[in-house]
Amino acid sequence: MSKAFSAIGEERDVERDEFTPGVEPQPTWCPGCGDFGVLKALKGAMAELGKDPEEILLCTGIGCSGKLNSYFDSYGFHTIHGRSLPVARASKLANHDLEVVAAGGDGDGYGIGGNHFMHTARENHDLTYIVFNNEIFGLTKGQTSPTSPKGHKSKTQPHGVAKDPLRPLSMSLSAGASYIARTAAVNPNQAQEILVEAMEHDGFAHVDFLTQCPTWNKDAKQYVPYVDVQESDDYDFDVSDRREASEMMYETEDALHEGTVLTGRYYKQEGRNSYQQEKQARGDMPEEPLAGAYFDDDKEWERSYEFIDRHK
Amino acid sequence: MTDDELIWRVAGGSGDGIDSTSQNFAKALMRSGLDVFTHRHYPSRIRGGHTYVEIRAKDGNVTSRGDGYNFLLALGDSFARNPTDDAVYGDEEVKPLTENLDDLREGGIIVYDEGLLDEDDVEGLDERAEENGWHVYPLDLRGIAKEHGREVMRNTAGVGATAALTDMDLDHIEDLMSDAMGGEVLEQNLEVLHDAYDQVNEMEFSHDLRVPEGEHDEEQVLVSGSHGIAYAAIDAGCRFIAGYPMTPWTDVYTIMTSLLPDMGGISEQVEDEIAAAALAVGASHAGVKAMSGSSGGGFALMSEPLGLAEMTETPLVLLEAMRAGPSTGMPTKPEQADLEHILYTSQGDSHRVAFGPSDPKECYEQTRTAFEIAWEYQIPSIVVYDQKLSGEYRNVDASFFDREPNPTLGSTLTEDELAEAPHDDTGKFHRFQQETDNGVSPRSIPGQKGGRYLASGNEHWPNGHIAEDPDNRQMQVDRRIQKLESIRTDLDERDQQVVYGDEDADFGLVVWGSQQGTVEEAVNRLNANGNSVKALGVSDLSPFPVEEVSAFVDSVDEALVVEMSATKQFRGLIQKEAGTFGGKLSSLLKYNGNPFEPAEIVEAVEIEQNGGDEQPTAQTTLEPAAGD
Ligand SMILES: Cc1ncc(C[n+]2csc(CCOP(=O)(O)OP(=O)(O)O)c2C)c(N)n1
Ligand code: SF4
Repeated sequence: MSKAFSAIGEERDVERDEFTPGVEPQPTWCPGCGDFGVLKALKGAMAELGKDPEEILLCTGIGCSGKLNSYFDSYGFHTIHGRSLPVARASKLANHDLEVVAAGGDGDGYGIGGNHFMHTARENHDLTYIVFNNEIFGLTKGQTSPTSPKGHKSKTQPHGVAKDPLRPLSMSLSAGASYIARTAAVNPNQAQEILVEAMEHDGFAHVDFLTQCPTWNKDAKQYVPYVDVQESDDYDFDVSDRREASEMMYETEDALHEGTVLTGRYYKQEGRNSYQQEKQARGDMPEEPLAGAYFDDDKEWERSYEFIDRHK
Repeated sequence: MTDDELIWRVAGGSGDGIDSTSQNFAKALMRSGLDVFTHRHYPSRIRGGHTYVEIRAKDGNVTSRGDGYNFLLALGDSFARNPTDDAVYGDEEVKPLTENLDDLREGGIIVYDEGLLDEDDVEGLDERAEENGWHVYPLDLRGIAKEHGREVMRNTAGVGATAALTDMDLDHIEDLMSDAMGGEVLEQNLEVLHDAYDQVNEMEFSHDLRVPEGEHDEEQVLVSGSHGIAYAAIDAGCRFIAGYPMTPWTDVYTIMTSLLPDMGGISEQVEDEIAAAALAVGASHAGVKAMSGSSGGGFALMSEPLGLAEMTETPLVLLEAMRAGPSTGMPTKPEQADLEHILYTSQGDSHRVAFGPSDPKECYEQTRTAFEIAWEYQIPSIVVYDQKLSGEYRNVDASFFDREPNPTLGSTLTEDELAEAPHDDTGKFHRFQQETDNGVSPRSIPGQKGGRYLASGNEHWPNGHIAEDPDNRQMQVDRRIQKLESIRTDLDERDQQVVYGDEDADFGLVVWGSQQGTVEEAVNRLNANGNSVKALGVSDLSPFPVEEVSAFVDSVDEALVVEMSATKQFRGLIQKEAGTFGGKLSSLLKYNGNPFEPAEIVEAVEIEQNGGDEQPTAQTTLEPAAGD
């Protein structure tokens, strides 16, 4: 069986360049786009973790952000708008030895895929989910997104949006994510550290990644200067304490509306079973990766005939 | 007149155990050597409300529920629990004794629970019984049940009474009861059974209906269409199912879920149907045979992941259990009007393979075919069936299910093969490049060494990267279409269409799905009455078996297309795929929530053969041939 997926768990030093898919294709992102920062941080994090490109599955949605896996070399699944999480979840259940990462925009993840986001967090799948939060729809040319600030004007909200922006960190916490952080493309070093932590975490790790869109989100937002809440003396809270984390998230979300960028780790729940572990504990999921069974020549496949007695 | 068949209807309230009682009784009849067929009617309501199950049993093949029934066991009351005086359900309380009484055959038997139903509340029962030669036996079933156990056991009393009235042995019934229960409950039920049996046996009988005699050459099993589908999936190596409940797809979903985890498989109940189908796509992509499914409205949500599977060439099986629509329509009533929905949903020049089985055996065969085709050709296959077939139980030779499993992942490469396969300069596998003459491009599974590629729902280069290059686009589209031609050839070899009746008949019937068995019975009756007709049951819906259907229609002067749809969807499909046949095709339609009965088809064929000027008496519609 090991022969079936021999890219998995292979120990060697992995260079970050291995994640670059050669000269082609060149990213189609605009100059100055925050998405470059995510790509850089992700390559660094994977190399740091020593992951072989072929043991990684990177599932993305649709949008500028969804093109991430076009420029990152690994197994990839560029799905459809909002649906990267259900595809990623099932891939992980099918083969839990894979390193599965899902990524997409704020429109993709908090808007059209909001229901999947809520439920994936609740189920605490062992996944890392990167949301490129540029507070705008990029690829469809600048419409208001769920995180755009109240009053934001766009072609679809010419009088300024009348809705309060969604609070991704608070939402993630109440939905049940077990690791929650916010970082920014302008700070690839912090971003890389956070991605490494997120991938090492056994459970659903949500990284709200502030990415500037200089093309459509003109009135800001390079997300600088940013403050790292772990480094700053002004903030002192316990990331393992739900209440303290919740208050800090709320403050962070309010601050961003007012133009202050707070980043860092917000919540880390230790000792909680991931969904896979919960299922395995209930006998609802095999210990060995299910996908491996199909490459195991010695496996005896059960068949319906074994259940037929009850119908006699 | 002695009937050569028993059509036993047990009627009462939803939640009264009508289902389990009828299933056990059907099994007892099967074990006594008869062929059985069950038909279930229930309202979209959890407790209370009129519900019934009919079991048709005779010696020899039964392919439909038949017309009407000859034995009514009215268990009553079909009212909601604790009815209030001013409830708006009308005569619901006595409905088991009044509903569809017109369908009770002449000389039929009525047993009702006088402990619960008051005959005086049923208008004109005496006169009607007199007119139709019905034999009415009031029995205090509730009293008997209470005397030995609890009131709910009145079902058992009803079965005991039925056995006595039809001269049926209690052995099989007793065996089945001992399999299902034990201890005091079993003791009490056996007492109830015998007491009812003995009391009835002491009565004077005025009827002469006896349970028919029969014999099977082989051991039988009683399975529904949903069992056929679920068992086929398991034998096909499917070990992952994701879903969201919706009637009637829930049946397959629950059968699979009750089995998979214990077999090392995975079942997921998820937030909605988009997620369900997307999970199946994800699991399949990662190397597990996976499926999902739903009914009309839920399937509508799957349109997106269906297209994703097609574009990324991810194998996938989806089920669509039809019920009457549009929207939530009639949740517990069958219709065949989602045909166009499953064939054409999803944008672009998109393709899927679709099968429409007609009975539990075909459900098994075609679901296995659906898996084989999906994994071999890396394309979504859909099995479309309906509420009727989903819950319809029939006896099948037990040996039918004794098949080898087929867990192969189809056109998937091993790492050794991947090492030999084409890659681009940077080491990316050319996953979407034709190397075979059937258009299929073998795939790799994430985690395999040397198999790295991008699966994209956007149009892509051979290595999976997004591409808008015109030449590549055309090559990829052509290759995906080429797969369909190969699939058609493959399906031709499997020959899943059924021709039935007089080979050289001039009049033909064309049918698909759950109505096929009813049409077969109608053909038998028509031919026994001196007509000459034949029928074609179409199982492959996409790609369509153009040659076979054309040859059949060409061979007759006139053909009647029978379907449960108001908009002639199946006839439309034939005309789109195979031609209009010079106005030879006319339609028989039914869309009132009930499936066809054989007599309705017989009537329609006779009208058509007389020039087609009358309208049928039944709730069916005859639509003339185009151009008439
Ligand atoms: C079902 C569906 N609806 C709409 C679209 C069009 N669409 C493509 S990208 C996008 C918005 C993307 O915004 P976001 O997720 O914030 O990503 P960004 O481009 O900003 O990275 C939309 C609406 C689509 N592809 N599919
Ligand atoms: S539109 Fe905005 S998000 Fe998209 S690539 Fe350009 S800068 Fe980046």
